[in-house]
Amino acid sequence: MLNDEARERIRLAALRYPEPRAALLPALHIAQKEAGYVSEDAMRFIAGQLNVPESEVFGTATFYSLIRRSSSGRHVISICHNLPCTLLGAEPLIGHLKSRLGVDEGEVTPDGRFSYQRIECIGRCDGAPAMLVDDDYHGDLTPEKIDGILEKYA
Amino acid sequence: MEQLLLKRINVPGGLDIDIAMAHGAYGALRISFGMRPVDVIDEVKRSGLRGRGGAGFPTGVKWGFAAMDPKMPKYLICNADEGEPGTFKDRIILERDPHLLIEGMIIAGYAIGAERGYIYLRGEYPAAADILERAITQAYEKGLLGNNIIGSGVTFDLSLHRGAGAYICGEETSLIESLEGKRGQPRIRPPFPANAGAWGKPTVVNNVETLANVPGIMALGSEAYSKLGVEGSTGTKIFCVSGAVNRPGAYELPLGTTLREIIYTHAGGIRGGGKLKAVIPGGASTPMLTAEHIDVKMDYSSLLSTGSMLGSGAVIVMDDSTCMVHATAVIIRFFEHESCGKCTPCREGTGWLHQIYSRMLRGEGGESDIDVLLGICRKMKGKCFCPLGEGAIQPVLSSIKYFREEYERCIRERGCGGEQCKGMMQGSKHHMTNKFQAPSTKSQTLRTLDF
Ligand SMILES: Cc1cc2nc3c(=O)[nH]c(=O)nc-3n(C[C@H](O)[C@H](O)[C@H](O)COP(=O)(O)O)c2cc1C
Ligand code: SF4
Ligand code: FES
Repeated sequence: MLNDEARERIRLAALRYPEPRAALLPALHIAQKEAGYVSEDAMRFIAGQLNVPESEVFGTATFYSLIRRSSSGRHVISICHNLPCTLLGAEPLIGHLKSRLGVDEGEVTPDGRFSYQRIECIGRCDGAPAMLVDDDYHGDLTPEKIDGILEKYA
Repeated sequence: MEQLLLKRINVPGGLDIDIAMAHGAYGALRISFGMRPVDVIDEVKRSGLRGRGGAGFPTGVKWGFAAMDPKMPKYLICNADEGEPGTFKDRIILERDPHLLIEGMIIAGYAIGAERGYIYLRGEYPAAADILERAITQAYEKGLLGNNIIGSGVTFDLSLHRGAGAYICGEETSLIESLEGKRGQPRIRPPFPANAGAWGKPTVVNNVETLANVPGIMALGSEAYSKLGVEGSTGTKIFCVSGAVNRPGAYELPLGTTLREIIYTHAGGIRGGGKLKAVIPGGASTPMLTAEHIDVKMDYSSLLSTGSMLGSGAVIVMDDSTCMVHATAVIIRFFEHESCGKCTPCREGTGWLHQIYSRMLRGEGGESDIDVLLGICRKMKGKCFCPLGEGAIQPVLSSIKYFREEYERCIRERGCGGEQCKGMMQGSKHHMTNKFQAPSTKSQTLRTLDF
């Protein structure tokens, strides 16, 4: 279920468009911000609030790769594996990250701190290889640098 | 060198509207509001400005179509989805001079008669989202957005709309579907967005960099602007250089600057003293070039004559240590992941291509695999619903054309077992591909699978 503040933000978002349905993506973002992922309950609620069929909300949510439908680590690491990053060593780095975290892509570390996913180009190729941790960007990665970054997220 | 687009990115505190204004931001608004909208459109037509989002359509002409359509209201959408691998120019404008974009949008809105604008920002740019929200709020506070902008009687409202991770939403009709709250799958054209776009109304979709050119055109005048660059490709362009160079980065240079100057003078040459092997000149969906093309002029028509395209201006540089089979496989994996699934040739074709690359890298490639790849490309060419699928085959065709012997070696030597290839070997994760397996190594099978 969404809290009152999230509902209010969705209501305000809908005012920016000629049709309330356009606030669907903003609403999914708001729901994800609140819970870390978008639950079926949240989707049902959004369907009601924006007056969109539930099936359409589910269909739309599943189309977008940044909308998560299951719980993630407290911090989500998105590491780029597109060409410019690969040319500068993304693949061995992803191997390093995986062994540091000890989990596979999409799984949550036992302490609940992290999960990671591969991601396509994040527009930071000038600092390749690059990754996002939550909303923070980190570039010019090396194995040591990744270790240092992981320390910073509790 | 005249800088129109990146001139303020290093101004200390330049995100603040007062500081940006002290450095000239919003100076072109008064000039534009002093002209009739049709005259603003004519000025942009005369400047020769062409879209910087990839297709290179003349901007003034597009504006004219929307302005002439009697339907109301009209919408202006800034395409800030920037998903083309290797491209980061829009991000630099968004994060470091958002007021340049907002000014360009206000002028564009005035010219086409749109009182409502949206910035469709890719979900992977959270920092830019915060910066834009703040810039928009400040512009409202200064009376530069909303009703009666600086006493001119002009109205323009602007909101940010965040995407959620789908490259196809950069394609303008998919973007409109996504803005409307749907899956981002392309629409049939015509009707073009200029006549029936967002909510069925006349809509102009322009790239960030295109709109960022507008204040400069209005301030300089179309005549001075059109002297920048070369005939048919006027103005400056932000080239994003990445890969095996010493100084990867965004360089604003006149269109028509040679690839050699971009790579060797601005990006500092090839990293680690290596040799240049291949270049993707305009983002992942543009055909590759080789070291032989180093003197090509980077403009719309010169690149077309090499068989490639200017695209988004993302220059991805590969040196002689790069395996071209692997590099192409990485691009194909991207296209398979991003195929929206609407049409069969692209949905299945990109998946098949990916599977074949994966088996080659695993050392399981068959002698006929090059022909199988070419056969799949032939079956996709001209049959995809939108340009994503057509773009996906370009890296395959061009890398086989220039580097066929590397494919043959990869197959003959059963892969190289390199560290690089390991991440690629598990093959396709596509939800459909369990049902639709790629043709087997015997190309016989492929012939029976004509679409
Ligand atoms: C698959 C695909 C992805 C695209 N991605 C982008 C993008 O990220 N940004 C962009 O401005 N244009 C993108 N385009 C081009 C747009 O469809 C459209 O041509 C452009 O936004 C028009 O603006 P312009 O005339 O200012 O270039 C893409 C096109 C295709 C087919
Ligand atoms: S070509 Fe690909 S991206 Fe375009 S409509 Fe077809 S499946 Fe979707
Ligand atoms: S390829 Fe990794 S950020 Fe662009």
